[in-house]
Parts: sequence; C-alpha cells; structure tokens
Amino acid sequence: MGFFIETLIGGLMAGMLYSLVALGFVLIFKSSGVFNFAQGAMVLFAALAMARFSEWANAALGGNSLFLANLIAFVGAGATMWLVAWAVERFVLRKLVNQEGATLLMVTLGITYILEGVGQTIFGSEIYNIDVGMPKEPVMMFESLFEGGILINKEDFIAALIAALLVGLLTLFFQKTPVGRALRAVADDHQAALSIGIPLNRIWVIVWLVAGVVALVAGIIWGSKLGVQFSLATVALRALPVVILGGLTSVPGAIVGGLIIGVGEKLSEVYLGPMVGGGIEIWFAYVLALVVLLFRPQGLFGEKIINRV
Amino acid sequence: MKFRALALAAAVSAVGLTSATVSTAAFAQAKEQFFPVLVYRTGAYAANGNPWANGYVDYLKLVNAKGGVNGVKLSFEECEFGYATDRGVECYERLKGKGATVFQPLSTGVTFALTDKAPVDKIPLVTAGYGRSESQDGSVFNWNFPLLGTYWVGADVAIQHIAKQAGGLDKLKGKKIALVYHDSPFGKEPIPLLQERAKLHGFELMLLPVAHPGVEQKATWLQIRQARPDNVLLWGWGVMNSTALKEAQATGFAREKMLGIWWAGAEPDVKDVGAGAKGYAALTLQHSAEPNSKVVKDMLEMVHAKGQGTGPKDEVGSVLYMRGLISSMVAVEGVRKAQERYGKGKVMTGEQVRWGLENLNLDQKTLDGMGFAGVMRPVQTSCLDHMGSSWVRIQTWDGTKWVPGTDWYQADEKLLRGMVLNASRKYAEEKKITPRTPEQCKQ
Repeated sequence: MGFFIETLIGGLMAGMLYSLVALGFVLIFKSSGVFNFAQGAMVLFAALAMARFSEWANAALGGNSLFLANLIAFVGAGATMWLVAWAVERFVLRKLVNQEGATLLMVTLGITYILEGVGQTIFGSEIYNIDVGMPKEPVMMFESLFEGGILINKEDFIAALIAALLVGLLTLFFQKTPVGRALRAVADDHQAALSIGIPLNRIWVIVWLVAGVVALVAGIIWGSKLGVQFSLATVALRALPVVILGGLTSVPGAIVGGLIIGVGEKLSEVYLGPMVGGGIEIWFAYVLALVVLLFRPQGLFGEKIINRV
Repeated sequence: MKFRALALAAAVSAVGLTSATVSTAAFAQAKEQFFPVLVYRTGAYAANGNPWANGYVDYLKLVNAKGGVNGVKLSFEECEFGYATDRGVECYERLKGKGATVFQPLSTGVTFALTDKAPVDKIPLVTAGYGRSESQDGSVFNWNFPLLGTYWVGADVAIQHIAKQAGGLDKLKGKKIALVYHDSPFGKEPIPLLQERAKLHGFELMLLPVAHPGVEQKATWLQIRQARPDNVLLWGWGVMNSTALKEAQATGFAREKMLGIWWAGAEPDVKDVGAGAKGYAALTLQHSAEPNSKVVKDMLEMVHAKGQGTGPKDEVGSVLYMRGLISSMVAVEGVRKAQERYGKGKVMTGEQVRWGLENLNLDQKTLDGMGFAGVMRPVQTSCLDHMGSSWVRIQTWDGTKWVPGTDWYQADEKLLRGMVLNASRKYAEEKKITPRTPEQCKQ
C-alpha cells in the first residue's frame, strides 16, 4: 500500500509539472486559436537564457551572490521572452490573421526549429546548470504506518507547489484583471473584441508573453531537475496528452488533465510495464487521452463545438 | 525591390549554411585521404556528440600538422545527423560518393542500418566501443570493426567488477542486478550477455527500459526503490545518464552501487550532478580523461596554439574528446598499415583500408611513441577478431572529476567467443554469407 501511495504521489507531482507546460498551449489556443507547437522550444529557449544569464551575471558579480545573479537572469530571460512574443506577433501572426488552423500549426512548427536553432547558436548546446537552491535529497515519511515509509522527492514537491501557485495566479489574472477579461473577449470572438476597441495585436503580444513566462518558470523547474539542454524541448511532448485529455480551451482542464496523465503513466509503468517489458509510460499517456476522446471528443473540460448547417 | 532581392539572397545563403551538412573543411582532393565525419552537434545528444567530434577532427588536423600519413594529407567533411538513424544513412549515402574509405557512425542504430550496405560499397565501418557485438567475428562481418571493445565486453567486465566487489563470482548467487537501459539497439545490446551470466552465476537480472531521450525516469526509479536491487547497471547516453543519477539521488539509491557503460562515464553525464554523483563508477574504453597525456600536449601545441582547434581548448583531454581522438587514431593507423602493403605515400581505397584495419598491430611501444602512454593498451586485430582488444578499466567520479582505477579487467574470452560465433553464424545463415576461411583471410 505504501508503495502504491508513493507512486501515486510521484505521479501527482509529475502531473503538476505537465500541467504547467500544458497551460502554455491552452493560453495561446484560447486567445488566438493557434495550437502552439513551439511551446516546448519556448521552454528550452527560456531555460537557456536563464541559465546563461545567471552564469554571466554570477561571473560579473565575482561569484558573490547567486541570488542576485538569478534575479538578474530571471528579469533578462523574461525580457528575452517578451522579445520573442513581440517578434512572433509582428512577423508571424499579424500577417496570418484568419488563415487556416493547419497553416498556423505549421507556422508554429517553423517557430520551433527557429527557436531551437537560434537558442543553441546564441546560448550554446552544452548542458547548463540552473541552481535556484532546490533540495535534491529525498525525505522519508510515515515510516510507522508503512513498511519502508513513503519517500517524497522534496524537489518535485516544491516544483509542484510553484506550479500550483502559478496556475492560481494565472486563473486570477484571467478572471479578475481588465487585461485578462480582454484576453477572454478576444478568445471568444476576434471581430467582436476589435469592434469594442480591444487592440488585437497588443493582446496577442501579451498572451505570447504570458506563455513565455510560463515557459520560463517551467524551464527553470525542469532545467533545475534535468540540467538545461536540448531535451527540455521534448518536455512539451509530455504535455500533449494532457491538452488532448483536458481540452484545448480549459485552464482547469490543463490542471486536471496533467494530474490524470501524471498518475496514469506512473501507475501504468510500475504495475503494467513489467508484464509487457516496460517502457510504456510515454505511449500509455496517449492511450489514456485517446480513450477519453472516444467518450468526450472535446476533452474533459473543452468546449463542445456545435456547427449548424 | 533591391532590398527584397538582397533579403532573398541572404535567406538562400542562410539555408545553405545551416543545411544538414556542416562542411567545415571539405577539401577532398587527389592525394588526400578523405575521412567522412558523421556528427551530432545539435539535438538531444549534442552535449556528448560535440566533444567526440572535436576530438575526431582535431586528431586528423594533428596528423596533418605532423606531415600526414607518409606524406598523404587527410581531408574531412562533417555531416550533421542529430543521432537520427535515417539522417545518418542519408549522410553515409552522400559522403560515400566523395571518396570515403572508412565510416564511423557513432550510433549503434546507424551501424545496424549500414552493416548491409558496407560490403556492397566496400567501405569499412569502424565502431569503437559500440555497434553489433557479434561483428567482432571478421570472417562473417568483413567490413565491421568494433575496435577496442563491444557492449558484450562491457557487460562482461561489469559483472566481473561487481563480483570482485562481492568477493567472487560465486557470491553473485541470489543477488539482484538491474539494467537501466536506453530503449534502443544500443541499450538492448548487452542483454544477451547479461542473461548468459545470470544463468551461469544464479543472479536475477531486472530489465528496465527508458524511452528516448530519457528525461522521464521517475517510474523506473520507483521500481528500483521497490525491488531494491544490489546493483544498477546504467546503459545510457546523453541526458538519460544525468537524469538517472539525479533520480538515484532523489530516491536514495547509493551511487556507489551504480556502474555505467563507457558512454555513461563522461563529463557531461556527471558535471551537472556534481557531488550528487560522488561514488558513481563507470567502465572506460581503456582511456579516461587524459589531460596529461603526451598526445594531448601535442594537440595543444601543434593544433590549438595555432588557432586551429575545432572546439574549446579546455575540452581537450576530456573523456569523450579522447574517445573521438582515439577513434580517429585507429582509423588513421588502418590507413598507415594499408600503405605498408599497397604503397607508402599513396591514397588508399576502402578495400585497402579494410585490409589495414584487419591487420592492425599497435603494440605498446608504438602507442607510447604516438603519445598514448598510459592512455591505452595494445590493439591487434585479425581476420577472426575485428575488435583487437578487450581490456577495460573502471573510473569513479569523486564529485569534481573522473578518477581512473588502477585495475585492468579483460572480458572472458571463452564465454565471449562462443556467443560471438553463435550470433555471427546465425547472421551468416540469415544473410546467406559464407564465412571466410583462414586461407581466404591471408589473401
């Protein structure tokens, strides 16, 4: 039982991190109807910027204050993501308003390759470290209740808390602020939003910036766990079944979907994996998502689209 | 309009520059021995691929700086394939037409794909420390050269080392050994040997595959925590290795009980983990990090000091840099050996280089003279043995650097030979290959 609970907790914590990446997909899709395949590349780009800025700032400060170096790096990486958001809106989205969804998807595929290539050209392709003081050693709990206790990974636990906090803040931002309301208005109907004076271009920059900041936080967390290197871009693939399951237009869907996928893949790997030779967690997440789609094509929380003909 | 034309020209140039082929020095001309270099400087495995490629290319430059091979200069061209098998084959197809006489794919997947092509094109494949283990049998695999060691050698030595720590091979009975492996031809390669050893000594083998690129291993390490194996063998590449070490730390599995293959024992695998990986050991393909070796000093003096180094200076002598350098060296020595038979100062063909690789005899004196004293042991190949050496050392990460051990292990020749012959004969039957006889080998 103890081991089952441990696997469950591990899955929930991993799922919370998937939610964070999935949120980037949802934010952009909600406001512009673009399925942003470049979200993973944005995570890599942001993490590379953070890691290298921190390294350079730390060297400039004589290695005396890692906290200050990280703070400078965070601001610098945030500014970099703003530049990315501005460039995407100015050179890509503005020219492609009202194009087919498939066209926009292909464009984001192009952005993926550009960000990966430019990111590695500017910041390098080695493995870089982000040290934000995350604890690495595990903690053992409930040893009296379960034989061997339940092992909690402190780093994953803190990361899950940060992810949950960010999700909460974004929900507040969307629901309670004028900019958030404008974003939702644009998401509902571009034409109607324009007619009441909401500046579409500025809103798109904001939403890509928010997705960029989400990518930055995800990049810091994953980069601290795995080291900052190219494979961070593949983290986005872990979030794809989450958005399929939770629905592309739902923030709560991204959260619940992330948790279900996180738990589902860990339990499947641990309990079903040994029966079929292991290594099933990646594709099993998609099986789980597709099974849900059989019954709810719009995902768990997605909007049901009814077209009258 | 002019601006548009300029922009178009710039875009076309940019595409040309960033296309799959990174031609850093494509100057294959007459009287030059051409070396194609398959590299992955981008993508998920770039951090490991870069130092290998830099070491490989730097050594070719060093040979040129010393006058070439009996006066024949070496030329090279890189082809970026991102560790993707299809792109690797594409690179091979493109570069073979430029006069390639030896290929080193640095990918077991690409090696599997090229093994059928090499005999047709008559180009030898050197796979130092990777590739098909049964390709040691040169009577069947005429064109494959897994020089210095195969994964069966690695797996065998790993078990010998664990047994030594436990107090003998008989002490392995009842123990549990987990193999955490990259779910690819590379990661699966040691399984037959480990299963054979498990049968012989009565230990339980636990197989735990990790999907590419290996960034998600939580479930794997939860299983390890539940099963509590006595030892974990790590058969990873790239980010999978550092992730495994971090997960071991996060689940409290002792790093001292972990032993990695030589592709899981370089600086990029542990640098990011630092003190968290202290005590972790890995096999070496003879060499470790060798910053004090003579060949490295020559490299710094004759190549890097003249501004011709391929990568950063501080990388010279690191583990994967040395792997690339040694891979380059054995290929060059194949050419040199071929020249002894087919004419010094001449450019060799693929068939002639194959003969050279099959008759390599790098004794200790020769190696020491070339600057490899303390770096590696003698290599002697033959028609029946395309590997040439099966010696391995163990190195340990002390938190800041790799420390090579003093003990040398040799793979169990008797066990290995039987397995190699079984597998190669099976391959020969499948592919309808008639193995060469000792008489044919002499020709």
